[in-house]
Amino acid sequence: MKKQSKLAGLQKRKAISGYLFIMPFIVGFLAFMVKPFFRSLYMSFCEVLVSGKGISMNFNGLTNYIRAFTVDIEFNRLLVEELSFMLINTMAIMVFSFFVALILNQKFKGRAFVRAVFFLPVILSSGVILGIEYDNALLSSIEATIEENANGASITEAIENILVTSGIGASAFEVVFEIVDGIYDVAIASGIQIIIFLSGLQTIPENMYEAAQIEGCTSWESLWKITFPMISSLFLVNLIYTVVDFCMRTDNEVMEKISDAMIVNLDYGFSSAMAWVYFLIVIAVLGLISLILSKVVYYYE
Amino acid sequence: MSKTMTLRQKNKMFWERNRKSGGHLLRKTLGNYGYKLIRMLMLFGMCFMILQPILNKISISFMAEEDLYNPMVISIPENFSTENYQLAAQFMSYSESFVNTLLVSLSIAVLQIIVCTLVGYGFARFKFPLKNFWFACVILMIVIPPQTLSNSLYLHFRYFDVFGVIKLITGDTLNLRGSTLPYYLMSAGCMGLKNGLYIYMIRQFFRNIPKELEEAAYVDGCGTLKTFIRIMLPDAKPILTSCFLFSFVWQWTDGFYSRTFLGGVKLLSTQVEIIAERLDNYIIYTLHEASGASMGYTNAIVATGTLMVIVPLLVIYLFAQKGFVESLSSSGIKM
Repeated sequence: MKKQSKLAGLQKRKAISGYLFIMPFIVGFLAFMVKPFFRSLYMSFCEVLVSGKGISMNFNGLTNYIRAFTVDIEFNRLLVEELSFMLINTMAIMVFSFFVALILNQKFKGRAFVRAVFFLPVILSSGVILGIEYDNALLSSIEATIEENANGASITEAIENILVTSGIGASAFEVVFEIVDGIYDVAIASGIQIIIFLSGLQTIPENMYEAAQIEGCTSWESLWKITFPMISSLFLVNLIYTVVDFCMRTDNEVMEKISDAMIVNLDYGFSSAMAWVYFLIVIAVLGLISLILSKVVYYYE
Repeated sequence: MSKTMTLRQKNKMFWERNRKSGGHLLRKTLGNYGYKLIRMLMLFGMCFMILQPILNKISISFMAEEDLYNPMVISIPENFSTENYQLAAQFMSYSESFVNTLLVSLSIAVLQIIVCTLVGYGFARFKFPLKNFWFACVILMIVIPPQTLSNSLYLHFRYFDVFGVIKLITGDTLNLRGSTLPYYLMSAGCMGLKNGLYIYMIRQFFRNIPKELEEAAYVDGCGTLKTFIRIMLPDAKPILTSCFLFSFVWQWTDGFYSRTFLGGVKLLSTQVEIIAERLDNYIIYTLHEASGASMGYTNAIVATGTLMVIVPLLVIYLFAQKGFVESLSSSGIKM
């Protein structure tokens, strides 16, 4: 009896020190997150008026939300576009990063250099640099001139024309070509994912492949039967990271619209409402992904 | 002589073996070489694609204005000049903003990593009530785009108060706009740029340390804090280095937090965004050319400015490349 209470005492002490360790987070969360969080939620149900004296909020129910969906001409379109772009892009990033990780896991000369290059965008194309990269008007104008002069001499465009005129599933090809044209964006966004996949690939014991090979397994089969199950949990991690990363990007059009409404039009209520819609959709997408994938994921211990 | 012999022998053996295997060996060897060639070409292409914008910036940054419009000049400037650098440095107040950025990024990164380490350790090694709830809050923090909350945060710091205490004492709320204090406060509370991610990564690392190590320390009489500092921290060096480097680098290029909270300080990331505007003003008011800066020239200067912002990062990356990558692959990130 006495022993048990002592154990409880130790557990209690540990619980207290645990709380002490995460104290900074709790304080920060309560001080800087909870209040803005609920205020922004409240604002989305209000008509917010900004004047010289300060700010006044008049509760007006769902008006902002109704306006976002039914009155505003852009919001629905941007949302759908952005989400479909996100889906396509995420898939492309996953395939690309898995493929690159597979290659980078092999031994060849200059591997360290290639790895370094693939990771470079994580460092250099972040924050403001990405924004500057995107509205580089000179490059795009040069590109336009070249395209004009060359009369569609770019390889992808030529192939595109052939395939589209041949009339086999034109819409499916369009998606593929969109990805091929945007391969630079995909490569730039997949630095972290490549590293995560690589780390997973390196933990797969070599003897599994050897055993499979002796049993007469081709490398194509062992890719599907060994590599895929062994790193399936990393697909989940990478998918979630990619989706979050994509939603946070500053060149995201929905984001731009939200911050435009806030900074340019000072329409705080409306922008909060749009931000909340967007945020809830992203949460739903993430939840859906983890729900589906957690059924498939295989944990090897 | 002997070497050629062995080579010839090898050759002979190869064909012998090939004959015995019915041509299988030859096909396999050729296939192997073909695969290697294709792989090399592909990797070269992709590396070039990633590096090309940087190389392009470097070559543009050394061009004089007339080179930009000369169709004969593609990547090697004809009139080599460093004028672009001087102008970009002038527009960004480079030395001042460089020192500011360095100080801010360094102090913020150190602060954030210290706090995130504590929190990550707390989440990884202790059991306490409501743990899952708090961890869900961490995940929530990763997922919420900071832009969503920026207007409320702005108001929060405009009329800053701690539960009404400051208003009681001074009679008015504090206006913390334009000072750097809010961002340091937020960093101390784990609310900085991507701090949820760092907490997550550090927690993942600490979770993988065997429990026996901790128990042994307790048995030997180490307290909780002493165990953490003496046993756990030395082990965690790689993950802390990489989180620190990420924090430093991302803070260096961050635009959102810098604009919202550090508006009063001249930082490289905020300066580089207005460089085009400055150039226009410079040409109109100082050089008295009413047309302003041409598009090509503006882009050359912006490219130079961007290059000047990322070169320090490039240097860091060259020296600490392992620090970035190693811990990510060693910590074994899992859900």
